[in-house]
Amino acid sequence: MRSLILVTASRYLAPLLLAASVWILLRGHNEPGGGFAGGLLASAAFALKVVSNGVAAARRALRVDPHWLLGAGLLTALTSGLPALLAGRPFLTAGWIAVPLPAAGSWDAGTVLWFDAGVYLVVLGAVLLIVFTLAEE
Amino acid sequence: MTVRVVLPILIPLAVATACLLAWRWRRLQRVLALTGAGGHLAASLWLLEEVSARGIQVVQVGNWPAPFGITLVADLLAAMMVAVTGLIGAAVAVYSAATVDPRREAFGYYLLLHILLAGVSGSFLTGDLFNLYVWFEVMLIASFVLMALGGERGQIEGAFKYVTINLLSSALFLAAVGLLYGSTGALNMAHLAVHLRDTPSGLSTVLAMLLLAAFGIKAAVFPLFFWLPASYHTPPTAVAALFAGLLTKVGVYALIRVFTLIFVQQPALTHQLILVLAGLTMVTGVLGAVAQDDFRRILSFHIISQIGYMIMGLGLFTPLAVAASVFYVVHHMIVKTNLFLISGLVHRLSGSYDLKSLGGLYSARPLLGVLFLVPALSLAGLPPLSGFFAKLFLVKAGLAGGSGWIVAVALVVSLLTLLSMMKIWGEVFWKSGPANAPESTAPAPLGMWLPAVLLALITLAIGAAVGPVFELAARAAEQLMFPDTYIQAVLGGKT
Repeated sequence: MRSLILVTASRYLAPLLLAASVWILLRGHNEPGGGFAGGLLASAAFALKVVSNGVAAARRALRVDPHWLLGAGLLTALTSGLPALLAGRPFLTAGWIAVPLPAAGSWDAGTVLWFDAGVYLVVLGAVLLIVFTLAEE
Repeated sequence: MTVRVVLPILIPLAVATACLLAWRWRRLQRVLALTGAGGHLAASLWLLEEVSARGIQVVQVGNWPAPFGITLVADLLAAMMVAVTGLIGAAVAVYSAATVDPRREAFGYYLLLHILLAGVSGSFLTGDLFNLYVWFEVMLIASFVLMALGGERGQIEGAFKYVTINLLSSALFLAAVGLLYGSTGALNMAHLAVHLRDTPSGLSTVLAMLLLAAFGIKAAVFPLFFWLPASYHTPPTAVAALFAGLLTKVGVYALIRVFTLIFVQQPALTHQLILVLAGLTMVTGVLGAVAQDDFRRILSFHIISQIGYMIMGLGLFTPLAVAASVFYVVHHMIVKTNLFLISGLVHRLSGSYDLKSLGGLYSARPLLGVLFLVPALSLAGLPPLSGFFAKLFLVKAGLAGGSGWIVAVALVVSLLTLLSMMKIWGEVFWKSGPANAPESTAPAPLGMWLPAVLLALITLAIGAAVGPVFELAARAAEQLMFPDTYIQAVLGGKT
């Protein structure tokens, strides 16, 4: 059963959810949030799509196979430990580069965010794999 | 060189990731899995070489100093275990590529294989009790899926028992870790050792018993072994061989680690109990095996009885005895994996695991008969094979420690093991084949022979070069019995 209200609402809600998930991922370094919570929120956007428009539409919106998201996420998380290894320090040692911002001051880009982005993708991939499979049963 | 310590964990994880990305390409996954297993073996040997030459290697992951961060520690015991894991992983990967059906391959068989290898290597290398729990779970979750993958009726039944009992064991383990953390505020094993060193309290004995039960279930020690023969004969042979070689041995490793490093305050209680359990495990395991008529069930029961030997050395708790235990674990992992691989070969060539319907294989396939005899006689402990020396050192340690009764038990069980190996030999190879034997169902591919022959050659090599191998085990035992170097290496003098 398709609800017109839900379909219309999800068209606006899903991008909002995705944007919020990125915001949560980014603020997660010093405040509550991070890759896990962000990934859950992002998968909520696609789960909403499943409820409103069906699984096929949600798969199309995702564009890639959830397996691929899992793999890419794990790869991202794994490689975030490599700069430390190459520098001869213990695996996963956090490294930082200060990126100067045009407006004011600088922003610390670090391997921690890199790792968190991997977690984000893994959570997104894993949850969607479960949701899609259950919805298709 | 901190790279060497993390590589045996990183390589299988990277391979698993690559397999996920190659989800649709089975052939590519197979190639990745084989190369990855080879790389894992090379990395683990590289680590062993480093540890053997320069002593205990420590990595503080993320550069967080111990005891606050997670420490990876490669002492000789861990490095030897990882090296054998690499060997078995490579052998099973080759065997899998030749035997595993396309359906299992398509559902991530190689991915799980490598996650399992990462979990096992991580368990051996971690120096943190909670992190050990995490690696245990990584290993167990991969093994749950491998056990059930394929969804045959028998498999699901076996997997159900296996999962249930292992979850119970994990719960016990987690409870013990929580209580330890609550009472000492430490999770790093070296730090725990320092905290508990001089204060034998009632609580620490309780915790020791909790961990003994948790690891005892994983290692299939009496009386908590019943899940093993109920499940190990159900999955495909490659999986059974991998489990037989690695999983219970992680439990044994955890017992050795915890009861040489952390709980050494009351050996008269804890280690004496382990010794009694060792005797009971040996006897019940071998008696169970004598009653069986299925190739793989016999082998499964023998795993249990052999676990008894491995913890017998720990129970005796002298440097010689612990060295014998370490040697025994190394020998056993290779031999037992090989026996399972050979049972798969027999099944491929004559279409059965049931001793009653097998026979005549020696006249048809003399080479297979000889190939079976090497690990079988080694398991029973006949000279000059590796198992003979393993048992010899245990017997020597038992007599020197004044525990004549356990030596007597070990020798009787050894005879019964020989009897049961001869039963397999007689039924499968020697007696004339059944009258209405189906013609050889399928020729066995090279990929099935190669790992079995290789492992048999290694068994022979360990028997021939027993001096250097035992010397390595003795040095590992030295590090275990006098853990000050371990603690020093981890904590760096901050005690």
